[in-house]
Amino acid sequence: MGFLSSTVGRKILMAITGFLLLTFLCIHLLGNSFIYLGWINAYGERLHSMPPVVWAARIGMVILLAVHIFFGIKLTLENNAARPQAYAVKKNVRATFAGRTMIWTGLLIAAFLIYHLLHFTLRMTNPEISSGIDAMGRLDVFKMIVLSFKNILISGAYIAALIAVGLHIFHGIQSVVQTIGLNSDKTLPCVESTGRGIAFILFLGYASIPLVIIFGLLNFKG
Amino acid sequence: MDLKLYVWRQKGPDSPGKLEQFTAKNISPDMSFLEMLDEVNEELVKEGKETIAFDHDCREGICGTCSQVINGIPHGGQDKTTVCQLHMRKFKDGDSIYIEPWRAKAFPLVKDLIVDRSALDRIIQAGGYVSNHTGGSPDGNAILIPKPDAEVSMDAAECIGCGGCVAACPNGSAMLFTAAKVTQLAMLPQGKVEAAQRVCVMTEQMLKEGFGNCSNHYECQDACPKGIKVSFIAKLNREFIKASVK
Ligand code: HEM
Ligand code: FES
Repeated sequence: MGFLSSTVGRKILMAITGFLLLTFLCIHLLGNSFIYLGWINAYGERLHSMPPVVWAARIGMVILLAVHIFFGIKLTLENNAARPQAYAVKKNVRATFAGRTMIWTGLLIAAFLIYHLLHFTLRMTNPEISSGIDAMGRLDVFKMIVLSFKNILISGAYIAALIAVGLHIFHGIQSVVQTIGLNSDKTLPCVESTGRGIAFILFLGYASIPLVIIFGLLNFKG
Repeated sequence: MDLKLYVWRQKGPDSPGKLEQFTAKNISPDMSFLEMLDEVNEELVKEGKETIAFDHDCREGICGTCSQVINGIPHGGQDKTTVCQLHMRKFKDGDSIYIEPWRAKAFPLVKDLIVDRSALDRIIQAGGYVSNHTGGSPDGNAILIPKPDAEVSMDAAECIGCGGCVAACPNGSAMLFTAAKVTQLAMLPQGKVEAAQRVCVMTEQMLKEGFGNCSNHYECQDACPKGIKVSFIAKLNREFIKASVK
Protein backbone atom coordinates (compact mmCIF):
# COMPACT_ATOMS: atom_id res chain seq x y z
CA MET A 1 0.00 0.00 0.00
CA GLY A 2 1.35 3.38 -0.97
CA PHE A 3 2.23 6.19 1.38
CA LEU A 4 -0.38 8.45 -0.20
CA SER A 5 -3.24 6.01 0.21
CA SER A 6 -2.38 5.22 3.83
CA THR A 7 -4.35 6.98 6.55
CA VAL A 8 -1.11 7.74 8.40
CA GLY A 9 0.86 8.66 5.26
CA ARG A 10 -1.64 11.30 4.25
CA LYS A 11 -1.73 12.69 7.77
CA ILE A 12 2.05 12.96 7.73
CA LEU A 13 1.81 14.84 4.45
CA MET A 14 -0.74 17.21 6.06
CA ALA A 15 1.64 17.67 8.98
CA ILE A 16 4.71 18.39 6.83
CA THR A 17 2.90 20.84 4.56
CA GLY A 18 1.14 22.41 7.55
CA PHE A 19 4.46 22.80 9.34
CA LEU A 20 6.11 24.41 6.31
CA LEU A 21 3.16 26.79 5.93
CA LEU A 22 3.61 27.60 9.60
CA THR A 23 7.29 28.34 8.99
CA PHE A 24 6.20 30.71 6.25
CA LEU A 25 3.79 32.40 8.69
CA CYS A 26 6.71 33.03 11.07
CA ILE A 27 9.00 34.44 8.35
CA HIS A 28 6.18 36.56 6.97
CA LEU A 29 5.47 38.01 10.42
CA LEU A 30 9.16 38.84 10.83
CA GLY A 31 9.02 40.68 7.49
CA ASN A 32 5.84 42.51 8.49
CA SER A 33 7.33 43.62 11.77
CA PHE A 34 9.77 45.81 9.82
CA ILE A 35 6.84 48.22 9.56
CA TYR A 36 7.49 49.17 13.18
CA LEU A 37 11.13 49.93 12.40
CA GLY A 38 10.36 51.97 9.31
CA TRP A 39 12.12 49.45 7.10
CA ILE A 40 9.14 48.05 5.27
CA ASN A 41 9.76 49.86 1.96
CA ALA A 42 13.43 48.87 2.00
CA TYR A 43 12.46 45.30 2.82
CA GLY A 44 9.97 45.22 -0.06
CA GLU A 45 12.52 46.56 -2.48
CA ARG A 46 15.23 44.18 -1.29
CA LEU A 47 12.92 41.19 -1.61
CA HIS A 48 11.86 42.12 -5.11
CA SER A 49 15.42 42.67 -6.22
CA MET A 50 15.80 38.90 -5.98
CA PRO A 51 13.19 37.49 -8.38
CA PRO A 52 14.53 33.92 -8.22
CA VAL A 53 14.01 33.87 -4.44
CA VAL A 54 10.55 35.40 -4.68
CA TRP A 55 9.48 33.02 -7.42
CA ALA A 56 10.91 29.97 -5.70
CA ALA A 57 8.96 30.90 -2.57
CA ARG A 58 5.77 31.48 -4.56
CA ILE A 59 6.00 28.18 -6.41
CA GLY A 60 6.84 26.41 -3.15
CA MET A 61 3.81 27.95 -1.45
CA VAL A 62 1.49 26.98 -4.30
CA ILE A 63 2.65 23.36 -4.10
CA LEU A 64 2.37 23.26 -0.31
CA LEU A 65 -1.10 24.77 -0.37
CA ALA A 66 -2.28 22.52 -3.19
CA VAL A 67 -1.19 19.37 -1.34
CA HIS A 68 -2.48 20.62 2.02
CA ILE A 69 -5.86 21.69 0.64
CA PHE A 70 -6.34 18.57 -1.51
CA PHE A 71 -5.68 16.13 1.32
CA GLY A 72 -7.41 18.38 3.89
CA ILE A 73 -10.63 18.18 1.90
CA LYS A 74 -10.22 14.47 1.12
CA LEU A 75 -9.59 13.50 4.75
CA THR A 76 -12.50 15.62 5.96
CA LEU A 77 -14.90 14.05 3.46
CA GLU A 78 -13.80 10.57 4.54
CA ASN A 79 -14.13 11.49 8.20
CA ASN A 80 -17.64 12.81 7.71
CA ALA A 81 -18.60 9.67 5.79
CA ALA A 82 -17.39 7.51 8.67
CA ARG A 83 -20.41 8.55 10.76
CA PRO A 84 -23.43 8.66 8.45
CA GLN A 85 -25.92 8.76 11.32
CA ALA A 86 -25.23 11.50 13.85
CA TYR A 87 -25.83 11.14 17.58
CA ALA A 88 -28.97 12.75 18.98
CA VAL A 89 -26.83 13.79 21.96
CA LYS A 90 -23.04 13.97 21.70
CA LYS A 91 -20.72 15.60 24.21
CA ASN A 92 -17.14 16.27 23.32
CA VAL A 93 -15.06 16.01 26.45
CA ARG A 94 -11.70 16.88 24.98
CA ALA A 95 -12.02 17.86 21.31
CA THR A 96 -11.80 21.63 20.85
CA PHE A 97 -13.82 24.02 18.72
CA ALA A 98 -10.60 24.82 16.84
CA GLY A 99 -9.93 21.16 16.14
CA ARG A 100 -13.42 20.41 14.91
CA THR A 101 -13.54 23.39 12.54
CA MET A 102 -10.21 22.81 10.75
CA ILE A 103 -11.87 22.48 7.35
CA TRP A 104 -13.87 25.71 7.81
CA THR A 105 -10.99 27.79 9.13
CA GLY A 106 -8.85 26.27 6.36
CA LEU A 107 -11.31 27.24 3.63
CA LEU A 108 -11.64 30.73 5.14
CA ILE A 109 -7.85 31.04 4.99
CA ALA A 110 -7.90 30.00 1.33
CA ALA A 111 -10.58 32.58 0.51
CA PHE A 112 -8.72 35.26 2.42
CA LEU A 113 -5.49 34.35 0.64
CA ILE A 114 -7.07 35.20 -2.71
CA TYR A 115 -8.19 38.58 -1.41
CA HIS A 116 -4.83 39.19 0.28
CA LEU A 117 -2.96 38.58 -2.98
CA LEU A 118 -5.33 40.82 -4.95
CA HIS A 119 -4.94 43.48 -2.28
CA PHE A 120 -1.22 43.66 -1.53
CA THR A 121 0.57 41.55 -4.14
CA LEU A 122 -1.34 42.33 -7.34
CA ARG A 123 -2.60 45.64 -5.85
CA MET A 124 -5.88 45.41 -7.74
CA THR A 125 -8.46 46.11 -5.03
CA ASN A 126 -7.32 49.59 -3.89
CA PRO A 127 -5.20 50.96 -6.76
CA GLU A 128 -5.53 54.56 -5.55
CA ILE A 129 -3.38 53.91 -2.48
CA SER A 130 -1.36 50.97 -3.68
CA SER A 131 0.98 52.42 -6.26
CA GLY A 132 2.61 55.29 -4.38
CA ILE A 133 6.34 55.91 -4.71
CA ASP A 134 8.30 57.05 -1.67
CA ALA A 135 10.99 59.75 -1.51
CA MET A 136 13.66 57.24 -2.44
CA GLY A 137 11.80 56.08 -5.52
CA ARG A 138 10.67 52.76 -3.99
CA LEU A 139 7.16 51.33 -3.98
CA ASP A 140 5.51 52.92 -0.94
CA VAL A 141 4.49 49.78 0.94
CA PHE A 142 4.12 51.75 4.16
CA LYS A 143 1.54 54.10 2.65
CA MET A 144 -0.34 51.19 1.11
CA ILE A 145 -0.57 49.32 4.40
CA VAL A 146 -1.44 52.28 6.62
CA LEU A 147 -4.08 53.74 4.31
CA SER A 148 -5.58 50.29 3.73
CA PHE A 149 -5.92 49.50 7.41
CA LYS A 150 -7.40 52.93 8.17
CA ASN A 151 -10.40 51.44 6.38
CA ILE A 152 -12.28 49.59 9.09
CA LEU A 153 -13.74 47.10 6.62
CA ILE A 154 -10.33 46.06 5.37
CA SER A 155 -8.92 45.85 8.90
CA GLY A 156 -11.99 43.89 9.96
CA ALA A 157 -11.52 41.40 7.13
CA TYR A 158 -7.87 40.91 8.04
CA ILE A 159 -8.57 40.44 11.72
CA ALA A 160 -11.37 37.97 10.96
CA ALA A 161 -9.00 36.01 8.73
CA LEU A 162 -6.36 36.10 11.45
CA ILE A 163 -8.82 34.60 13.90
CA ALA A 164 -9.31 31.77 11.40
CA VAL A 165 -5.54 31.32 11.07
CA GLY A 166 -5.14 31.47 14.84
CA LEU A 167 -7.79 28.79 15.42
CA HIS A 168 -6.34 26.62 12.66
CA ILE A 169 -2.87 26.57 14.16
CA PHE A 170 -4.21 26.47 17.74
CA HIS A 171 -5.12 22.87 16.95
CA GLY A 172 -2.58 22.40 14.16
CA ILE A 173 0.73 22.95 15.93
CA GLN A 174 0.30 20.28 18.58
CA SER A 175 -1.27 18.04 15.95
CA VAL A 176 1.92 18.11 13.85
CA VAL A 177 3.99 16.89 16.79
CA GLN A 178 1.60 14.00 17.41
CA THR A 179 1.32 13.08 13.73
CA ILE A 180 5.06 12.79 13.21
CA GLY A 181 5.19 10.61 16.29
CA LEU A 182 7.16 12.83 18.65
CA ASN A 183 4.72 12.69 21.56
CA SER A 184 4.81 10.72 24.77
CA ASP A 185 2.45 10.89 27.76
CA LYS A 186 4.88 13.30 29.38
CA THR A 187 5.26 15.66 26.42
CA LEU A 188 1.63 15.86 25.30
CA PRO A 189 0.33 18.48 27.79
CA CYS A 190 3.40 20.64 27.27
CA VAL A 191 3.21 20.32 23.47
CA GLU A 192 -0.48 21.27 23.58
CA SER A 193 0.05 24.40 25.66
CA THR A 194 3.16 25.47 23.73
CA GLY A 195 1.31 25.06 20.43
CA ARG A 196 -1.58 27.14 21.70
CA GLY A 197 0.83 29.77 23.01
CA ILE A 198 2.61 30.02 19.65
CA ALA A 199 -0.76 30.30 17.89
CA PHE A 200 -1.74 33.15 20.21
CA ILE A 201 1.58 34.97 19.76
CA LEU A 202 1.37 34.71 15.96
CA PHE A 203 -2.21 35.98 16.06
CA LEU A 204 -1.25 38.96 18.25
CA GLY A 205 1.79 39.71 16.10
CA TYR A 206 -0.17 39.84 12.88
CA ALA A 207 -3.27 41.52 14.33
CA SER A 208 -1.17 44.22 16.01
CA ILE A 209 -0.55 45.92 12.65
CA PRO A 210 -4.16 46.70 11.68
CA LEU A 211 -5.00 47.43 15.33
CA VAL A 212 -2.15 49.87 15.80
CA ILE A 213 -3.14 51.64 12.59
CA ILE A 214 -6.84 51.82 13.47
CA PHE A 215 -6.02 53.32 16.84
CA GLY A 216 -3.87 55.92 15.11
CA LEU A 217 -0.57 54.87 16.63
CA LEU A 218 1.01 54.43 13.21
CA ASN A 219 0.25 57.18 10.69
CA PHE A 220 1.09 58.05 7.13
CA LYS A 221 1.93 61.69 6.59
CA GLY A 222 1.96 62.03 2.82
CA MET B 1 -35.27 6.89 42.17
CA ASP B 2 -37.25 7.41 38.99
CA LEU B 3 -35.58 8.23 35.69
CA LYS B 4 -36.69 9.31 32.28
CA LEU B 5 -34.95 7.31 29.57
CA TYR B 6 -34.67 8.18 25.90
CA VAL B 7 -33.52 4.99 24.20
CA TRP B 8 -32.66 4.42 20.53
CA ARG B 9 -35.07 1.84 19.13
CA GLN B 10 -34.51 0.29 15.73
CA LYS B 11 -35.94 -3.07 14.63
CA GLY B 12 -33.16 -4.01 12.23
CA PRO B 13 -30.22 -2.75 10.18
CA ASP B 14 -32.36 -1.15 7.51
CA SER B 15 -35.43 -0.12 9.50
CA PRO B 16 -35.91 3.47 10.54
CA GLY B 17 -35.03 4.16 14.16
CA LYS B 18 -35.98 6.74 16.75
CA LEU B 19 -35.54 7.67 20.37
CA GLU B 20 -38.30 6.21 22.51
CA GLN B 21 -39.13 7.43 25.96
CA PHE B 22 -39.36 5.09 28.98
CA THR B 23 -39.70 5.65 32.69
CA ALA B 24 -37.46 3.60 34.95
CA LYS B 25 -39.21 3.38 38.34
CA ASN B 26 -37.85 2.51 41.77
CA ILE B 27 -34.24 2.25 40.67
CA SER B 28 -31.78 1.55 43.48
CA PRO B 29 -28.54 3.55 43.45
CA ASP B 30 -26.68 0.27 43.98
CA MET B 31 -27.79 -1.13 40.63
CA SER B 32 -25.46 -1.10 37.68
CA PHE B 33 -26.60 0.68 34.55
CA LEU B 34 -27.29 -2.64 32.84
CA GLU B 35 -29.32 -3.88 35.82
CA MET B 36 -31.39 -0.73 35.54
CA LEU B 37 -32.07 -1.62 31.89
CA ASP B 38 -32.91 -5.19 32.97
CA GLU B 39 -35.56 -3.74 35.29
CA VAL B 40 -37.02 -1.66 32.48
CA ASN B 41 -37.06 -4.73 30.24
CA GLU B 42 -38.88 -6.79 32.88
CA GLU B 43 -41.61 -4.17 32.98
CA LEU B 44 -41.77 -4.29 29.19
CA VAL B 45 -42.15 -8.08 29.29
CA LYS B 46 -44.99 -7.75 31.80
CA GLU B 47 -46.70 -5.27 29.49
CA GLY B 48 -46.19 -7.66 26.57
CA LYS B 49 -43.95 -5.22 24.74
CA GLU B 50 -40.68 -5.84 22.96
CA THR B 51 -37.64 -5.46 25.23
CA ILE B 52 -34.74 -3.10 24.59
CA ALA B 53 -31.92 -5.04 22.93
CA PHE B 54 -28.45 -4.27 24.26
CA ASP B 55 -25.10 -6.06 24.24
CA HIS B 56 -23.48 -7.37 27.41
CA ASP B 57 -21.47 -10.35 28.50
CA CYS B 58 -19.06 -10.34 31.45
CA ARG B 59 -20.64 -7.44 33.34
CA GLU B 60 -17.35 -6.98 35.10
CA GLY B 61 -15.61 -4.57 32.79
CA ILE B 62 -13.29 -6.94 30.97
CA CYS B 63 -14.98 -8.20 27.81
CA GLY B 64 -15.79 -4.92 26.10
CA THR B 65 -19.21 -6.03 24.90
CA CYS B 66 -21.42 -3.45 26.59
CA SER B 67 -21.56 -0.53 24.21
CA GLN B 68 -23.81 2.43 24.89
CA VAL B 69 -23.43 6.12 24.45
CA ILE B 70 -24.98 7.60 27.57
CA ASN B 71 -25.87 11.28 27.55
CA GLY B 72 -23.52 11.82 24.64
CA ILE B 73 -20.48 10.03 26.09
CA PRO B 74 -19.49 6.43 25.32
CA HIS B 75 -19.69 4.38 28.54
CA GLY B 76 -21.28 7.34 30.31
CA GLY B 77 -18.28 9.48 31.12
CA GLN B 78 -17.14 8.03 34.44
CA ASP B 79 -13.35 7.77 34.40
CA LYS B 80 -12.10 4.35 33.19
CA THR B 81 -15.50 2.68 33.53
CA THR B 82 -17.46 0.45 31.15
CA VAL B 83 -21.24 0.71 30.96
CA CYS B 84 -21.61 -2.47 33.01
CA GLN B 85 -19.48 -0.98 35.79
CA LEU B 86 -21.33 2.31 35.80
CA HIS B 87 -23.65 2.53 38.78
CA MET B 88 -26.93 4.31 39.22
CA ARG B 89 -25.60 6.30 42.18
CA LYS B 90 -24.03 8.45 39.50
CA PHE B 91 -27.53 9.66 38.60
CA LYS B 92 -30.14 11.64 40.51
CA ASP B 93 -33.86 11.09 40.90
CA GLY B 94 -35.70 12.64 37.96
CA ASP B 95 -32.67 12.68 35.62
CA SER B 96 -33.19 12.32 31.88
CA ILE B 97 -30.82 9.81 30.29
CA TYR B 98 -30.19 9.51 26.56
CA ILE B 99 -28.99 6.06 25.47
CA GLU B 100 -27.72 5.50 21.94
CA PRO B 101 -25.68 2.83 20.17
CA TRP B 102 -22.08 3.32 18.94
CA ARG B 103 -22.44 5.33 15.74
CA ALA B 104 -20.01 4.55 12.95
CA LYS B 105 -20.29 3.42 9.36
CA ALA B 106 -17.96 0.53 10.21
CA PHE B 107 -20.29 -0.62 13.02
CA PRO B 108 -23.56 -1.52 11.27
CA LEU B 109 -26.50 -1.44 13.64
CA VAL B 110 -28.03 -4.84 14.39
CA LYS B 111 -30.92 -3.89 16.65
CA ASP B 112 -31.71 -1.08 19.12
CA LEU B 113 -28.42 -0.54 21.00
CA ILE B 114 -26.54 -3.47 19.45
CA VAL B 115 -24.00 -2.86 16.72
CA ASP B 116 -21.77 -5.30 14.84
CA ARG B 117 -18.19 -4.58 15.86
CA SER B 118 -16.51 -7.34 13.87
CA ALA B 119 -14.66 -4.68 11.85
CA LEU B 120 -12.32 -4.47 14.86
CA ASP B 121 -11.71 -8.23 14.66
CA ARG B 122 -10.82 -7.90 10.99
CA ILE B 123 -8.25 -5.22 11.83
CA ILE B 124 -6.62 -7.71 14.20
CA GLN B 125 -6.87 -10.50 11.64
CA ALA B 126 -5.06 -8.29 9.14
CA GLY B 127 -1.86 -8.12 11.19
CA GLY B 128 -2.37 -8.28 14.94
CA TYR B 129 -0.44 -11.49 15.36
CA VAL B 130 3.06 -12.94 15.36
CA SER B 131 3.57 -15.59 12.67
CA ASN B 132 7.21 -16.51 13.20
CA HIS B 133 7.73 -19.78 15.07
CA THR B 134 8.60 -18.92 18.61
CA GLY B 135 9.21 -22.53 19.66
CA GLY B 136 8.32 -23.84 23.07
CA SER B 137 8.03 -21.49 25.98
CA PRO B 138 11.50 -20.02 26.55
CA ASP B 139 13.36 -20.27 29.85
CA GLY B 140 12.81 -17.38 32.19
CA ASN B 141 15.06 -14.43 31.23
CA ALA B 142 16.25 -16.19 28.06
CA ILE B 143 14.73 -13.35 26.03
CA LEU B 144 15.66 -10.14 27.76
CA ILE B 145 12.93 -7.52 27.70
CA PRO B 146 13.52 -4.26 29.54
CA LYS B 147 10.93 -3.79 32.27
CA PRO B 148 9.71 -0.40 30.92
CA ASP B 149 9.10 -1.95 27.48
CA ALA B 150 7.15 -4.81 29.01
CA GLU B 151 5.09 -2.26 30.96
CA VAL B 152 4.22 -0.28 27.82
CA SER B 153 3.26 -3.47 26.03
CA MET B 154 1.07 -4.57 28.94
CA ASP B 155 -0.58 -1.13 29.11
CA ALA B 156 -1.43 -1.36 25.41
CA ALA B 157 -2.69 -4.91 25.89
CA GLU B 158 -5.29 -3.61 28.33
CA CYS B 159 -7.45 -2.62 25.35
CA ILE B 160 -10.61 -4.72 25.48
CA GLY B 161 -11.73 -3.79 21.96
CA CYS B 162 -15.02 -2.26 23.07
CA GLY B 163 -15.00 0.36 20.32
CA GLY B 164 -15.66 3.26 22.71
CA CYS B 165 -12.80 5.16 21.04
CA VAL B 166 -14.58 4.90 17.69
CA ALA B 167 -17.88 5.96 19.24
CA ALA B 168 -16.26 8.99 20.87
CA CYS B 169 -14.13 10.10 17.91
CA PRO B 170 -15.67 12.96 15.91
CA ASN B 171 -14.28 11.18 12.82
CA GLY B 172 -15.37 7.65 13.76
CA SER B 173 -11.72 6.61 13.61
CA ALA B 174 -10.41 3.38 15.15
CA MET B 175 -6.92 4.77 15.51
CA LEU B 176 -6.65 4.31 19.30
CA PHE B 177 -7.71 0.67 19.03
CA THR B 178 -5.33 -0.01 16.13
CA ALA B 179 -2.51 1.85 17.89
CA ALA B 180 -2.95 -0.24 21.04
CA LYS B 181 -2.80 -3.47 19.05
CA VAL B 182 0.23 -2.31 17.04
CA THR B 183 2.10 -1.10 20.14
CA GLN B 184 1.39 -4.17 22.21
CA LEU B 185 3.35 -6.31 19.72
CA ALA B 186 5.88 -3.73 18.52
CA MET B 187 7.33 -3.36 22.02
CA LEU B 188 8.36 -7.00 22.30
CA PRO B 189 11.17 -8.84 20.47
CA GLN B 190 8.79 -11.45 19.05
CA GLY B 191 6.56 -8.74 17.61
CA LYS B 192 9.33 -6.56 16.20
CA VAL B 193 10.03 -9.00 13.34
CA GLU B 194 6.80 -8.17 11.54
CA ALA B 195 6.31 -4.66 12.96
CA ALA B 196 6.74 -2.80 9.66
CA GLN B 197 4.30 -4.94 7.73
CA ARG B 198 1.86 -5.03 10.64
CA VAL B 199 1.41 -1.27 11.01
CA CYS B 200 0.79 -0.92 7.27
CA VAL B 201 -1.79 -3.69 6.88
CA MET B 202 -3.65 -2.87 10.09
CA THR B 203 -4.06 0.81 9.26
CA GLU B 204 -5.00 -0.12 5.71
CA GLN B 205 -7.68 -2.49 7.01
CA MET B 206 -8.94 0.23 9.35
CA LEU B 207 -9.57 2.54 6.41
CA LYS B 208 -11.09 -0.26 4.30
CA GLU B 209 -13.64 -0.96 7.02
CA GLY B 210 -14.89 2.60 6.72
CA PHE B 211 -13.41 4.11 9.88
CA GLY B 212 -12.29 7.73 9.61
CA ASN B 213 -8.80 9.18 9.87
CA CYS B 214 -7.29 10.47 13.11
CA SER B 215 -7.37 14.27 13.50
CA ASN B 216 -5.68 14.27 16.91
CA HIS B 217 -8.73 15.43 18.86
CA TYR B 218 -7.84 12.92 21.64
CA GLU B 219 -11.54 12.43 22.39
CA CYS B 220 -10.85 8.67 22.36
CA GLN B 221 -8.44 8.82 25.29
CA ASP B 222 -11.05 10.35 27.57
CA ALA B 223 -13.67 7.79 26.55
CA CYS B 224 -11.47 4.70 26.91
CA PRO B 225 -12.57 2.57 29.89
CA LYS B 226 -9.07 1.08 30.07
CA GLY B 227 -7.05 4.29 30.00
CA ILE B 228 -5.40 3.60 26.64
CA LYS B 229 -3.36 6.71 25.88
CA VAL B 230 -2.99 8.65 22.63
CA SER B 231 0.76 8.32 23.04
CA PHE B 232 0.18 4.88 21.49
CA ILE B 233 -1.08 6.68 18.37
CA ALA B 234 2.19 8.64 18.29
CA LYS B 235 3.95 5.29 18.61
CA LEU B 236 1.90 3.90 15.70
CA ASN B 237 2.86 6.95 13.65
CA ARG B 238 6.54 6.32 14.49
CA GLU B 239 6.18 2.69 13.48
CA PHE B 240 4.63 3.79 10.19
CA ILE B 241 7.45 6.24 9.49
CA LYS B 242 10.02 3.53 10.29
CA ALA B 243 8.20 1.15 7.93
CA SER B 244 8.12 3.77 5.16
CA VAL B 245 11.81 4.63 5.22
CA LYS B 246 12.86 1.00 5.36
C1 HEM C 1 -1.69 29.62 6.53
C2 HEM C 1 -1.98 28.50 5.98
C3 HEM C 1 -2.14 27.19 6.72
C4 HEM C 1 -1.42 26.70 7.78
C5 HEM C 1 -0.26 27.35 8.50
C6 HEM C 1 -1.98 25.41 8.10
C7 HEM C 1 -1.51 24.60 9.10
C8 HEM C 1 -2.03 23.37 9.43
C9 HEM C 1 -1.48 22.47 10.38
C10 HEM C 1 -0.21 22.73 11.17
C11 HEM C 1 -2.29 21.38 10.44
C12 HEM C 1 -2.12 20.15 11.33
C13 HEM C 1 -1.57 18.99 10.55
C14 HEM C 1 -1.62 17.72 11.38
O1 HEM C 1 -2.70 17.28 11.75
O2 HEM C 1 -0.58 17.17 11.69
C15 HEM C 1 -3.36 21.60 9.54
C16 HEM C 1 -4.42 20.72 9.35
C17 HEM C 1 -5.47 20.95 8.47
N1 HEM C 1 -5.55 21.97 7.53
FE1 HEM C 1 -4.30 23.54 7.39
N2 HEM C 1 -3.03 25.14 7.28
C18 HEM C 1 -3.17 26.20 6.41
C19 HEM C 1 -4.09 26.33 5.40
C20 HEM C 1 -5.13 25.44 5.16
C21 HEM C 1 -6.08 25.58 4.10
C22 HEM C 1 -6.11 26.70 3.05
C23 HEM C 1 -6.95 24.54 4.21
C24 HEM C 1 -8.13 24.34 3.28
C25 HEM C 1 -8.75 23.23 3.06
C26 HEM C 1 -6.54 23.73 5.35
C27 HEM C 1 -7.18 22.60 5.82
C28 HEM C 1 -6.74 21.81 6.85
C29 HEM C 1 -7.46 20.69 7.39
C30 HEM C 1 -8.83 20.19 6.94
C31 HEM C 1 -6.66 20.14 8.41
C32 HEM C 1 -7.02 18.97 9.32
C33 HEM C 1 -6.67 17.65 8.73
C34 HEM C 1 -7.03 16.57 9.72
O3 HEM C 1 -6.24 16.26 10.58
O4 HEM C 1 -8.13 16.03 9.63
N3 HEM C 1 -5.43 24.31 5.90
N4 HEM C 1 -3.19 22.81 8.90
S1 FES D 1 -20.24 -6.46 29.74
FE1 FES D 1 -18.13 -7.01 29.61
S2 FES D 1 -17.17 -5.10 29.73
FE2 FES D 1 -19.23 -4.56 30.10
